[in-house]
Amino acid sequence: MATQPIITVNNLVKRYADFTAVKDISFEVYEGEIFGLLGPNGAGKTTTLEIIETLRDKTSGSITVDGFSIDTQANQIKKRIGVQLQAAGYYPGLNLIELMELFAGLYGNRIKPIEMLEKVALTDKAKAKYKDLSGGQKQRFSIATTLINNPRIIFLDEPTTGLDPQARRNLWELIRQIRAAGTTVVLTTHYMDEAEELCDRVAFIDGGHVIGINTPDTFIDQLVATGFERKKTVKQANLEDVFINLTGKEWRE
Amino acid sequence: MNTSSYSNIRATLAITKASLRSIFRNPSGLVFSLLFPLIFIVVFANIGSGGVTVDVGVAKGCDTLNPIYKALQNAKVVNLIRNQNADQMEKNLSKGSIDAILNVKKNGGNWTVYPPLSALPKARYNVQVKYTAASADKGGILKSLLNSIFFKIGEKTGAFSSIATIKETTIKGREYKYIDFILPGQLGFSLLNIGVFGTAFVFLSLRQTLVIRRFFATPVKRYSIVAGEMLARVTFAMLGSIIIIAVGHYAFGFTLVHGAVTVLSMLFLAFVGLVIFMGFGFIISGIAKNETTVPPLSNIITLPQFLLSGTFFSTSAFPKWLQPISNALPLTHLNNAMRKVAFEGVAITEVGHELLILLAWGIVIYAVAIKTFKWE
Repeated sequence: MATQPIITVNNLVKRYADFTAVKDISFEVYEGEIFGLLGPNGAGKTTTLEIIETLRDKTSGSITVDGFSIDTQANQIKKRIGVQLQAAGYYPGLNLIELMELFAGLYGNRIKPIEMLEKVALTDKAKAKYKDLSGGQKQRFSIATTLINNPRIIFLDEPTTGLDPQARRNLWELIRQIRAAGTTVVLTTHYMDEAEELCDRVAFIDGGHVIGINTPDTFIDQLVATGFERKKTVKQANLEDVFINLTGKEWRE
Repeated sequence: MNTSSYSNIRATLAITKASLRSIFRNPSGLVFSLLFPLIFIVVFANIGSGGVTVDVGVAKGCDTLNPIYKALQNAKVVNLIRNQNADQMEKNLSKGSIDAILNVKKNGGNWTVYPPLSALPKARYNVQVKYTAASADKGGILKSLLNSIFFKIGEKTGAFSSIATIKETTIKGREYKYIDFILPGQLGFSLLNIGVFGTAFVFLSLRQTLVIRRFFATPVKRYSIVAGEMLARVTFAMLGSIIIIAVGHYAFGFTLVHGAVTVLSMLFLAFVGLVIFMGFGFIISGIAKNETTVPPLSNIITLPQFLLSGTFFSTSAFPKWLQPISNALPLTHLNNAMRKVAFEGVAITEVGHELLILLAWGIVIYAVAIKTFKWE
């Protein structure tokens, strides 16, 4: 794994009128890794992400993305990143191909819409409207829109929330492929099994603070070293394995 | 990564294209901006052409050999009454059972040798028309008709014309049909709907569904988003206006005095009106809390104008106390300008008064819109 930082966040603070969402957060994301921001709802994950994505103003602190400062070169950053937002909609009344054309125009990249859909296995839905897609298809489409500008980094905010186990596993596969193609991935999730499975490194955020950054393995080993034991003996499989075993791995959409 | 230079124009046009696709797939938008105006035109054009006549009393001693009088004789909409004496006429006029009294006098017609052109009186005829408040709307029709007759005669009589040629070029009777009144009003109604409802809904929904937020994650500029959406609405409204004018002209004989030039002048006015109405839409999108508050807020803007701006009836038919209100509304001035351009055939430069009022509205509305508009 390369250890060249592609994102550097230093002493990031975000204060709103009545509360402080992010309190002095610092971390680095390395080029080519899958980096997870973990933490309970309201911990400041999405706020942090949106500040890095240039969508929200910070109160103080400094951030560089791929060598560009968020303060002075936001537009350079926008050209180099792909963003999937939690619960974002798409322009009403357009089918997937037309949405891809729209984003190609917004990014100023000439792409073949159908090839973008091919990357996320949505060619058979090319003429469908976004609102008529299933949850997993919506997420895959959102990810396809992040790839239009051939970005250096993509940000995925809770990409697998609400998906069934098959769709979730499929999305993991897609995210791994994107990383394998050389793109750095930053994601947030509430699912620890997902973070363990997918992320090279994770940062735990709670109450606006980073309370730990490391590889999932190191975190687990550290906890075990303190004498921690699961209350229930770990079996060779869990219920999700049963689910996948019974219902198969193929897509259900 | 994109190394070639970023094109704001391309981004703007991408939004325009997306927006147009969306507009054409939104049935309720199409109904309000195109179908309703066309239905009103069909309904009222049919009612109007059979129903409206303007009863004009002809004063004793009125010159009846002049082209103006002949034109009125040929106008189907005008019924000339000659069998009443002056007293009866005055009485009937005050009751509104006749709509106007006409008296045409010849100026300087007693030359035995034609004088040099410069010596000819500027106005050959002295036309006196007495209107009545009892029948203001029909008076308005007569007024427009007379204006168009004067215009036509003025246009046909070049520098070397004599009175004889005036007689020859007596207009065939450019009939003032109700379509000539109703179509500009419906055009204004269509523009009002496209501008107000369309703009208010699109920016509110883009904001609420976070489409705008996703746009902001791309290098697109804010002004590109606004310009793209406006351009889409302008394109749609121009297409709609052309359709409405074409249906009116070919199916119902809507009068276009100078043909294509008149159409272009009307489209220019339509553009000016639409830009102002879009300003209302921007304001509503900013103050509306959610999609359900858009229709009531939009109706507050559109309904009074729909009813009070002379869309269906001439504003001169309204009671006195209501007239200042209708004269304050932008649609009133758009409608007036449209009618002058379309039927009376005046040039766009001659509706400067209306354009000035519209410009004032535009400045006020956009000043408010800039204050109230919300991106997120």
